[in-house]
Amino acid sequence: MADTLAGAAHDAADTAPEFPMPRASGCPFDPPPGLKELQEQGPLTKVRLWDGSEPWLVTRYAEQRALLGDARVSADTDRPGYPTKASAEAGEGKLSFIMMDDPEHARLRRMVTAPFAVKKVEALRPTVQRIVDGLIDDMLAGPRPVDLVEAFALPIPSLVICELLGVPYDDHAMFQENTKTMVRTTATPEERGAATREIAGYLAGQLAERLTGPKDDLLSGIAGRVAAGELTHGQATEMALLLLIAGHETTANMIALGTAALLEHPDQLALLRDTDDPKLVASAVEELLRYLHITHLGRRRAVTEDIEIAGRVIKAGEGVIMVNEIGNRDPRVFEDPDRLDLTRDARRHVAFGFGVHQCLGQPLARMELQVVHGTLYRRIPTLRPACDLADVRFKHDAFIYGIHELPVAW
Amino acid sequence: MRVSVPDTSHHDEKGKGYPMKVELEADKCVASGQCVVAAMEVFDQDDDGIAILLTEEVGDDRLGDVEEAVAVCPAAAIRLVRP
Ligand code: HEM
Ligand code: SF4
Repeated sequence: MADTLAGAAHDAADTAPEFPMPRASGCPFDPPPGLKELQEQGPLTKVRLWDGSEPWLVTRYAEQRALLGDARVSADTDRPGYPTKASAEAGEGKLSFIMMDDPEHARLRRMVTAPFAVKKVEALRPTVQRIVDGLIDDMLAGPRPVDLVEAFALPIPSLVICELLGVPYDDHAMFQENTKTMVRTTATPEERGAATREIAGYLAGQLAERLTGPKDDLLSGIAGRVAAGELTHGQATEMALLLLIAGHETTANMIALGTAALLEHPDQLALLRDTDDPKLVASAVEELLRYLHITHLGRRRAVTEDIEIAGRVIKAGEGVIMVNEIGNRDPRVFEDPDRLDLTRDARRHVAFGFGVHQCLGQPLARMELQVVHGTLYRRIPTLRPACDLADVRFKHDAFIYGIHELPVAW
Repeated sequence: MRVSVPDTSHHDEKGKGYPMKVELEADKCVASGQCVVAAMEVFDQDDDGIAILLTEEVGDDRLGDVEEAVAVCPAAAIRLVRP
């Protein structure tokens, strides 16, 4: 019996497909075809990672949501079986509550939920509109072609996070310079590490200042928790850094990837260019979130107790990866899932994950994307790619999928 | 296994004019704001971003929105029940 089991396990090891998988050439907006095949075969299957470990890959929407909503599924990267990513890059250390479980996760998360409430975020919309309009003014006044990533997609979230955290205007340039280095894939690990340390040191200093002179901003809110003895200085800095890292590269890549996808689908772009209906813009943003996927390495977790799902048992100590990008293309939930259709109801997508870790910044991300896609094509109706899509370099190997540069003209 | 599929068992009631009751377990809420986006007239958030109910009863006109809120709530904190 033991032999048979060992034999079966060995067979599985020989056949488990590797993850991550390559995308089809010429289809930078679609999930890898291999994922689609696995999804057709069943809701979950073993895959092999870079280190030889074999976690379960969960490919269907219903099972992904069920597992992400299950308290026996842990986000703690130190747990046995946790499926690790290929290499430890800057910013991928243990970062505050995103890698913790409840109740500590809930305790820390609830300290910073206030400014992300839908109505608080709505009050920031005019500020974001001003930022977006200002960047478009600069592009229109500057040379053509211009790299949309550098001139538009990267500065928006950086400036918005400055507003949110309460970084003084005079420090914006330093802040942007360093955050840019933190996410630039051509930067060396040393450069990225140095930029991260500089920002962390800066945030620690800002927090210390607010301990004595609080203002009306998120950093003051976090400093208040330090004063109340609920957080150490280190935890507070880590939390501020998490908000910065989680909100910067994600939003920037969604802006760039979304614009690129729309330039490839001119009929869909025209819908946005020709409307001033906020409902259509909001619906378009949900569809872009469903159709594109930047967190392509999946939501990774370790299982702490045996879980029975889809006729199988995931054992305690095994890893699970919920690949939301393929969940968002599940035909059981979304009709004709591979078609980009800005008018469909895509609200049930899992682009922000699911369960207690679902994106804290989602109201802000939504609002930023609504301002971007509701403004860019109306203000530059003749916006066009300044190169062939085949020549655009996509971030296949980065933690966050996206585009290196997107030359555009008008 | 807790399966987070929206409860649609009340569908047979739809169109018959019975108001449904919304229940919210605030201690499960992770302040995603999804319910507010889905049903602005029924949900709001308190000063900490935690969901609150503006009304406990929903008639046919808002039932669809609240069903959407139930479906998108990442924390399974919202339920629709027969009063
Ligand atoms: C389009 C842009 C964004 C996307 C696609 C995105 C996606 C995600 C995803 C998938 C998760 C879940 C991680 C997991 O389950 O392991 C997450 C978590 C998180 N996101 Fe976002 N995000 C975006 C923008 C933002 C912004 C703007 C902020 C804040 C300024 C932010 C802050 C966070 C935080 C703090 C978490 C951790 C939540 C927790 O662990 O409880 N995100 N995000
Ligand atoms: S959708 Fe759920 S988790 Fe999000 S705010 Fe509403 S009740 Fe809370």
